[in-house]
Amino acid sequence: MNLFEHIGRFFLMLKSVFARPEKGKVFRKMFFFEVDAIVISSIPLVAFLSVFMGGVISLQTAANMGSPLLPEYTIGYITRSSTILEFSPTIISLIIAGKVGSNIASEIGTMRVTEQIDALEIMGVNSIGYLMLPKILATTFFFPFVVIISMVLCLVGGWVAGVQSGLYSTHTYMVGIRAFWHTDAWYVYYALVKTVVFGFLITSIACYFGYYTRGGSLEVGKSSTRAVVAASVAILLANYILTQLILV
Amino acid sequence: MIIVDNISKSFGDTQILFDVSAKFTEGQVNLIIGASGQGKSVLTKCIVGLHEVDQGAVLYDGRDFSAMNRKQRIEIRQEIGMLFQGSALFDSLTVEENVMFPLKMFTDMSQEEMRERANFCLKRVNIINKNDLLPAETSGGMQKRIAIARAIAMNPKYLFCDEPNSGLDPKTSIVIDNLIKEITYEYNMTTVVITHDMNSVMEIGDHIIFINQGRKWWQGNNKEIIRTDNQEVVDFVYASAFMKNLREKLIN
Repeated sequence: MNLFEHIGRFFLMLKSVFARPEKGKVFRKMFFFEVDAIVISSIPLVAFLSVFMGGVISLQTAANMGSPLLPEYTIGYITRSSTILEFSPTIISLIIAGKVGSNIASEIGTMRVTEQIDALEIMGVNSIGYLMLPKILATTFFFPFVVIISMVLCLVGGWVAGVQSGLYSTHTYMVGIRAFWHTDAWYVYYALVKTVVFGFLITSIACYFGYYTRGGSLEVGKSSTRAVVAASVAILLANYILTQLILV
Repeated sequence: MIIVDNISKSFGDTQILFDVSAKFTEGQVNLIIGASGQGKSVLTKCIVGLHEVDQGAVLYDGRDFSAMNRKQRIEIRQEIGMLFQGSALFDSLTVEENVMFPLKMFTDMSQEEMRERANFCLKRVNIINKNDLLPAETSGGMQKRIAIARAIAMNPKYLFCDEPNSGLDPKTSIVIDNLIKEITYEYNMTTVVITHDMNSVMEIGDHIIFINQGRKWWQGNNKEIIRTDNQEVVDFVYASAFMKNLREKLIN
């Protein structure tokens, strides 16, 4: 199959994803299950990464501030901007694409090769909607909260790392964090819009590769890898397009 | 009753089924037999709608399934139970939840009623006190029986079994065969079984069709298959020297 056939099949799949669920009660239960399985379970990893990355961003910025003309609060300002604009929405999404994307693709792929999806179809269940809609909605709507947590922890990490190593004071860092906020506050909206799009891309692409797995367990592994690669590429492309559309 | 009327199916340039017609009657165990790669599974998947037929029709009690849209098919699918070769139980659900699954999706039963029905079906297939286990924690034979329990949970009119004995020891195979036979007679279902297992052919084959090279080659029952002079059927059913001798003894 060439790229265009994949894209065509992906959009046809989306049509079935957004069909009305067979039973609202079952859908609601699955939705909250997926919020827990996909979103909540990712928080520890995201928290760990964010604290350390925040620290590293601050330290690297401080280490490269050679000019005495640059005020010290620039470190906090750069940490905040890097975190909100790129690290939390994009890098965390790429990491989540690896964790969640491979998990979803292998889960649905295994269901495919063990005929569980056929069993759903035989029962009269819309297998695409049943398996994918709760995952896609859970990630699309709740992933932004994870990114907000990441932003906060990243800034905390930057503060702890700088103050611990004596590179700047808490006051200076806080001034940097607050600098130009009145003009930059909308960066948060830009970041959250990106996150919603990335959340949708991660799950829908992983579901697609899992659902159309053919063969046995080896192909499940391959689908999982393809899902992560495709989701990462899609995130980077979408990142560029959204930046061009919203930020520039 | 299920009527398969002249169905053909191709994948790309490869034609798998050629004008296959068959009639599967209720209250009977209907077997589809044939060597591997001859089109048995494709035929069954065409009958249940997992594959679309290129031509011909599949009629469920006079209702043309192949001409229906997805919504109309859902109604008929709720009358179908299917036992898959690998059982196809949902890994993440317990034994009880697996059996309750179709009830949850398509009925308005309360949790208690669903549990009662699931327990009744599990008891019917002799699965007792295993409700909270995951499918992976049960044996292959048990998984088949749980899958049968799930298949009959909605009281289906039609039951399809894809190689129900594959991977099972002879004793467990007989248990599964007998179970299929009993529930077919008990609920007056139209049962279609794909099998390679010659024990099943002899034990439960009320009506047998033999598929060869994508065509219906022969049909009859478990008595007629002993005396048939159709060479392909003889070569398939009595492939070993032991079976050939047995056939001769039975005929003589």
